[in-house]
Amino acid sequence: MNGKPLVSIVSAGLSKFGKLEGLYAREIFALAAKEAYDRCPKLNPKKDIKALFVGQMGESYEHQGHTGATMADWAGLLHVPATRTEAACASSGAALRAGIYAVLSGLCDTVMVGGVEKMTHRSTAEVTEYLAMASDYPFEQWNGITFPGLFALMATAHMNAYGTTEKDLSMVAVKNHYHGSMNPKAQIQKEITLEQALSSRVVAWPLKLYDCSLITDGASCIIITKPELARKYTDTPVHIIGSGQASDTIGLYERESFTSLKAAKIAAKQAYEMAAVKPEDVDLAEVHDCFTIAEIIAYEDLGFCKPGGGGKLVESGETRLGGRLPVNTSGGLKSKGHPVGATGTAQAYEMYLQLTGQADKRQVRDAEVGLTHNLGGSGATAAVHVYRRA
Amino acid sequence: MSEQVPFTIEQFYKWASQGKVMGGKCKKCGKIQFPPRPLCDNCLSQEFEWTEIPTKGKLLTYTIIHVAPTQFQSMAPYAVGIVQFENGLKLPGMIKDVALEQIKIGMPLTMVFEACSTTGQWPQWQRYHFKPP
Repeated sequence: MNGKPLVSIVSAGLSKFGKLEGLYAREIFALAAKEAYDRCPKLNPKKDIKALFVGQMGESYEHQGHTGATMADWAGLLHVPATRTEAACASSGAALRAGIYAVLSGLCDTVMVGGVEKMTHRSTAEVTEYLAMASDYPFEQWNGITFPGLFALMATAHMNAYGTTEKDLSMVAVKNHYHGSMNPKAQIQKEITLEQALSSRVVAWPLKLYDCSLITDGASCIIITKPELARKYTDTPVHIIGSGQASDTIGLYERESFTSLKAAKIAAKQAYEMAAVKPEDVDLAEVHDCFTIAEIIAYEDLGFCKPGGGGKLVESGETRLGGRLPVNTSGGLKSKGHPVGATGTAQAYEMYLQLTGQADKRQVRDAEVGLTHNLGGSGATAAVHVYRRA
Repeated sequence: MSEQVPFTIEQFYKWASQGKVMGGKCKKCGKIQFPPRPLCDNCLSQEFEWTEIPTKGKLLTYTIIHVAPTQFQSMAPYAVGIVQFENGLKLPGMIKDVALEQIKIGMPLTMVFEACSTTGQWPQWQRYHFKPP
């Protein structure tokens, strides 16, 4: 199946990202679904969509579980089989993977995959606690290690091993805020300066406020179908040509390396091999910048540069819009926002816009091959997908 | 079988409350499961024997937590790190009894146990931390 489309994206939807006052997760998901329906008038959602896979991280935010059926109902898709996938911040990356399984199995021609999270009605302390649930409880959470703390442990190790600096970290934030300033759906649509980022308050040293992604409400979805059916629904499908997903120890402390994520490397290798694509063939990428250090490590794990070269790569400007390989043109988790369960398919949404030429001011010219990289927790889950313009 | 002390996280903390750091050594492949587990991830055996882990080690990486979960807010800012013991095994924990700015990767640290607090609620795990020897 090398290089051949696994499935084709025929439509995509994304709610506004931000503080969506008064809206519950199910209502936000309905907004994303409606955009996807409107973009694809030839598709009859009630007839054509045969299943829903939806990522959501936590029940704690809304005191609400049983997300699959709830989202199917609010998206107007009853009575399709609906399943929630949970893999922390990679919940909808895992939903996409599950959707690909469903289509490739032959059981479903067309499915919706998506994700949702409603977070902003909770206090920062509560969100910090709920997010930490995606890390090891008996040793990490028990010892007061937060989510920013886990990525800070990686940052300290990376700085020590490779000479990466706090300025390198801040450069990621500056770049992604620049991109986000051109995304009307981003939570924060304004640029920041390097000085602002460097002088922001410490969250978990060496990570500061501007090194951290946002607390966000939002939902995303894409509709995928068998490649041979794609033209029935749209003249501009986007093909998914590679898919990889891998797991690692829940505890960061159990791993051999703190400067690289093995699950991401394995998932990337799978996706590249399936797609018959090399890192240098990638024209643009959406990577999981839950913290700035995660983007630097992603460059290295995805083969965009050598181990330790991530800091230099962001400084070179090559990953900025107009550079050789723009990364996180959507603004990333850093500026667009990070409603955790929605992030994986929000990355796929950006890839759909970019590869169909609908990204307006942030459009990457002549983009043909794109990649998404979605992490769960401190990297115990990673999902990597490769996309090609049809 | 029922007499055997189970190779579990709960038992790790029971040993800790007796001042011992213990891992489960697989009788089949020799891998030390630390913290102990009931199934060897390497050879899938369930046969283990207890082995004591040296409490001395060195700091591999660390961070200073400023924004803490509710439960730890009164302690912030505090240092946490990952320590590698002399036999190569690792554990995360707080680093205490040292000025935050003096913490350095590679510094020697020792695991120590804290006084027991009984809240009556799950979990009742023995608290430990790391400090300079």
